[in-house]
Amino acid sequence: MSVDLEKILRPVDNPMPPFPPKYMTIASGEEMVIRQVSRDEIPDILPYIESLMHVERDFYDIVAARVYAELMAYYRHRVQDEYVLVAQIDGEIGAVVNGRMVNADVGMSLHTLALRRGLRIGAHAFAAKMEYHIDIMKQKEVLIVAESPIGFRRWMIEYNLEKRFDTPHELGGVPSWALTRELFDRARETLVVGRRPVPDKLLEKAYAAILPPSDPPTPPEDLLAATRSRYDSTGTALMAQRWRQEGKV
Amino acid sequence: MRQVYVIGIGITTFARLEYPLCEIAAYPAMMAMKDCGLSGVDHLYVANMGGGRVNHQTGLASAVVDSLSLTPAGAETIENGPASGASAIKQGFLAVASGLHDVVMVIGAERMREVNNLEVTDFIATLTHPLAEYIYGVTLPSLAGMFTRLYMDKYGVTARHLAMVAVKNQNNALLNDFAHLHQEITIEGIIDSPEALTNNPYVAEPLRFFDCCPVSDGGACVILASGDVAKRLDKPLVRLAGLGQATDTHTIHERQEPTDLLAVRRAAGQTFQMAGIKPADVDVAELHDAFTILEIVESEEVGFFNKGEGHLALERGETSLTGELPINPSGGLKGRGHPVGATGVAQAHEIVLQLRGDAGRRQVMDARIGFTCNFGGFGNNVVCLTFIRES
Repeated sequence: MSVDLEKILRPVDNPMPPFPPKYMTIASGEEMVIRQVSRDEIPDILPYIESLMHVERDFYDIVAARVYAELMAYYRHRVQDEYVLVAQIDGEIGAVVNGRMVNADVGMSLHTLALRRGLRIGAHAFAAKMEYHIDIMKQKEVLIVAESPIGFRRWMIEYNLEKRFDTPHELGGVPSWALTRELFDRARETLVVGRRPVPDKLLEKAYAAILPPSDPPTPPEDLLAATRSRYDSTGTALMAQRWRQEGKV
Repeated sequence: MRQVYVIGIGITTFARLEYPLCEIAAYPAMMAMKDCGLSGVDHLYVANMGGGRVNHQTGLASAVVDSLSLTPAGAETIENGPASGASAIKQGFLAVASGLHDVVMVIGAERMREVNNLEVTDFIATLTHPLAEYIYGVTLPSLAGMFTRLYMDKYGVTARHLAMVAVKNQNNALLNDFAHLHQEITIEGIIDSPEALTNNPYVAEPLRFFDCCPVSDGGACVILASGDVAKRLDKPLVRLAGLGQATDTHTIHERQEPTDLLAVRRAAGQTFQMAGIKPADVDVAELHDAFTILEIVESEEVGFFNKGEGHLALERGETSLTGELPINPSGGLKGRGHPVGATGVAQAHEIVLQLRGDAGRRQVMDARIGFTCNFGGFGNNVVCLTFIRES
């Protein structure tokens, strides 16, 4: 008698309402669409994430590695009740965010990864994720952690998150922070933006293809420099290397 | 006094630099030495504001002079708040002009991003009055916010004018490979769109996010020399023709008219008088736009425009890269970045680059006279410099 192990291994997803796409103007004046992606689109995104696994800057390496695994698990049906949203500017990927529905009342924010920096793209995508949990899925709260100081500033400080330190987060088992409905309502006016419906032309462009990031984060010029600088304040060995790398002299 | 020339320049990328403060100082120095072709200097001044506090590094000049194998040249660290860079250039000028030295290296370097933004804000706030300002939570953005509100009420400057400065300078920075910010921004994105308030939130009302300079690491260097030395080199002759420095009350509330920046007015007047020129003679300027309002106000105080009319000149495009008087072609502090102790030297670097005709895509046509304004405290210690191309 054969046993279909896949039926055992594959979790059965609970129904989740779709995230209605929205759009907004970012600081550059460009229009950005945030929409949910289907499982079939995950292989299009993975190569953009993979290259960031080697960016040892602002914790891009660890976040990219984890996002890659989470997206792969979603694609291969090894995680339950996950969703993925992307932010696109003229088709180009600007950010990826994902999370999970733990139960009807609680959401689990997984990651926010900005592939273009300096224009609050990641922050807009995070806000959309919170909107999905609180407004669309009608959950009471979302559990959140930050892996980088930038994330801490963006989520814990800007949203004034509550401590839920007795609840381990799914990311590393570390103490959770929580965005409650009340906190989200307070942030709604200033942090949560976007317009619906998305004009057909913008939406068509977004669905046509997820294009590669035009200016993705890059590795630091010297992987050892950050460590060296803590111990050696007078060394000059890196100088010649930097000279060559910058190619400016 | 002898005449003083800039014979060598160098700069690092302004960004978050993941190498030690000493190397941030040494790297542009090596570029400047390569630029002028000299292998030694008589004396070295290093401008730095926060090494002791932020980087646990004091006596920076002593470390740098050894790193560069320039011992036994004299070396001193100069600290004058955010005006440290131009102050160090002033010391270098005096050393050469007096005949004490023939070749002097001036470096500005700062590594601010070793600590988080809250610590940096606190570090910068230490230049406010400890008992009348700091203990009440005053920070530089908060002072600038109050100043901006007064200026808006009095002279009709609007949030749109401030945003125009931000857009102009940040877009100039797109043409500068060494600049910190390389993101194009638009008025639509930061002022007009329904999402603008989130894209560009208030930091210290009425100042918003894009009205404030970034926190940067970076270094810059200029090498000053006597005419005898400069004329032996195969470089366009750029003379440091004038310098001026003035101070004002430590606290703003003690000023008779808080919207006047008298130290800027006086320092600019001195440098123009020393150089024998008028403000209208200036072809290109680097002003200290730590906050967008400062570019507008400084452009009036130094005499480029009448008081209260700087924003109108901005509207007319006079300060754009192709305008009559381009201001901050490098991107300024807003776009190039503001590693505090390095800024004054970086301003001089940009002006020399412009006067040599080496500024590439952001070159101001036929620039012959350049001006810098390096603004310390909240206008309580200001150093202005004038440069003239002679050949």
